[in-house]
Amino acid sequence: MPVASDISAPSRLFRSTAFRLTLLYMGVFAIFATAALGYVAWNARRLIEDQIRQTIDAEITGLSEQFRQGGIRRLVLAIEQRARGPGASLYLVTSPFGERLAGNVEQVPVGLLDRAGESEIPYARSADEGQGARPALAIVRVYVLPAGFRVLVGRDASERDRLRVVVRRAGGWALAVVLLLGVIGGFVIARRVLKRVDAMSATTLSIMASDLKERLPVSGNGDELDRLAINLNTMLDRIALLLGGLRQVSDNIAHDLKTPLTRLRNRADEALRPSASEADMRRALEGVTEDADNLIRVFNALLMIARLEAGQARETMAPFDATATTASVAELYEAVAEEAGVHLTCQIEPGITAIGSRELIGQALSNMLDNALKYGRPPAEGPFEVTLSLRRTGQGVAFTVADRGPGIPPEQRARALERFGRLDASRSQPGFGLGLSLVNAIAHIHGGALELTDHAPGLAVMLTIPAQPAGIGHAG
Amino acid sequence: MRLLIIEDDSDSATYLVKAFREEGHVADHAADGLTGYAMAEGGGYDVLVVDRMLPRMDGLSLIRSLREQNDTTPVLILSALGQVDDRVKGLRAGGDDYLPKPYAFSELLARVEVLSRRRAAAASAEQTIYRVADLELDRLTRRVSRAGEDILLQPREFRLLEYLMKNAGQVVTRTMLLENVWDYHFDPQTNVIDVHISRLRAKIDKGQAMPLLQTVRGAGYALRAEAR
Repeated sequence: MPVASDISAPSRLFRSTAFRLTLLYMGVFAIFATAALGYVAWNARRLIEDQIRQTIDAEITGLSEQFRQGGIRRLVLAIEQRARGPGASLYLVTSPFGERLAGNVEQVPVGLLDRAGESEIPYARSADEGQGARPALAIVRVYVLPAGFRVLVGRDASERDRLRVVVRRAGGWALAVVLLLGVIGGFVIARRVLKRVDAMSATTLSIMASDLKERLPVSGNGDELDRLAINLNTMLDRIALLLGGLRQVSDNIAHDLKTPLTRLRNRADEALRPSASEADMRRALEGVTEDADNLIRVFNALLMIARLEAGQARETMAPFDATATTASVAELYEAVAEEAGVHLTCQIEPGITAIGSRELIGQALSNMLDNALKYGRPPAEGPFEVTLSLRRTGQGVAFTVADRGPGIPPEQRARALERFGRLDASRSQPGFGLGLSLVNAIAHIHGGALELTDHAPGLAVMLTIPAQPAGIGHAG
Repeated sequence: MRLLIIEDDSDSATYLVKAFREEGHVADHAADGLTGYAMAEGGGYDVLVVDRMLPRMDGLSLIRSLREQNDTTPVLILSALGQVDDRVKGLRAGGDDYLPKPYAFSELLARVEVLSRRRAAAASAEQTIYRVADLELDRLTRRVSRAGEDILLQPREFRLLEYLMKNAGQVVTRTMLLENVWDYHFDPQTNVIDVHISRLRAKIDKGQAMPLLQTVRGAGYALRAEAR
């Protein structure tokens, strides 16, 4: 299978959603990590600068104390002493006229000493003169003593700058590692996901190629791919069911329409026989017309069912007098029933209004009565009784036609509602098995239901549709 | 009777024109809506047979336009969309009758003939007493008698006879009876109408020398004084 063998092709891996998602995630993570690191570095820098300032402040306080106690001499001595220590601060003392009196700083920018306060300057120490290829930065503070002497105290800020370098380098490496891991991780995850997706699509292909018997593999860990596979499997079940139904229907159509078509053909043949008299021909042609009419009737019923199932005619739903409709259909069939020796009993509740199409309900009742008259003959000796009833139920209106015939076993009731779903027992009887499926379609378009139940003995067919809520319309 | 058939399918139009001519009627044909409208406006037709789906001007618009011109020529709509709401739409547009395809020619013929006599029927709607030979029906007192003898009818039988007598001499089909007497438009599977007719026949024709309620083979029934 070409699809499955392609798993490791890098281009497919790079194009996979899992890989892209991993990369995207890594990118977002890197941005946030950089921001966090930057924030930490900025805080550390501030901390270092604060420490430097505090040290400078303390030195200045100490030096001004020396000056207060012993004048400029003592201050110069203290500075020369301090300047010699290792890792010392920067010092510079000048006279009120700007002469250098003591300190370890050689040059300061012009005018720096004129203003009291803090600044940041490049500097060079007297000691490491000559090798100062790289001037360092220092934070310095100028303090004016009472007699006009100026003191500059400063501290090297390279520690602070070193921190920046360290952080930058560490951040860079970390980012590189993260990205590398991201690519590898994305690769691995994408490969894993792709493998499963490829397995699924391979199965799908073989399902399409075969007869919908196979199902997608479910790993059982309940992740989203599993859920997808389960849903697809459910969909396949439904499709298989529908296809089966369709196959059944078309089989039935082919089978049930072949008989009348063959008969039609035979009659035409009869008319074409050389020995046929004009009367024979006329009779044969009349038969042909009748057969054709029957076929047209079948197709009309099929079309109507299809339209009802497609939800057409829903806009014709309106409140109608269910009592009058039932009574008129009963009246229509009373004569036929009597002629056939059937005792038709009506139990019609007065004043019931239902919502729907009077025309369609009339047709449904007519089909239900038709069925009862055709198939409701009691198997043993006994009166042929059919009952038509209309009554209010909880939310709706129930039309019931019940007979005392052989009934339909529970397991066959669903089939009786299918198109051409004639039960084998009734195959010898005339009819096409469309009556109840049309009633079923009518029930559905009304938002109602059709139920076949045991009338013990016999069959009860109950059509339920919504009632007009009390208080609206007439005679609630 | 002069007929105009407005139908774009030339096969069925040719068949209809030929069939109507054989029945002794004058039938013209228009293949699209606009031509049909122009021909219908020219007037002189007793009935228009209009297909719903037509090129250049659809059937319902054609009927609506005619009705706006106060043209009251009876119109029968032919439609492949045989559905409850389609029928309602067609009749609302001003059609007088509606026949879903496929149909039997005998059904179309019977309906067109009844439509063509609609004016006469409208006049007879004014009458309170219908008479066919020695059969008499009084619509006000609801009394029916044959050769002076009262006949007792059920309410539905009365309406059935009333419709037959209103269209006396015309062929009426089973679906026409179901539509006009019971107000249902579906196709009953069994011979429900036949049984009602035979009961009515038993009441009005039994023991009479001349049967009035006749069966027309392959079409329906007719109430008339002489056999055709």
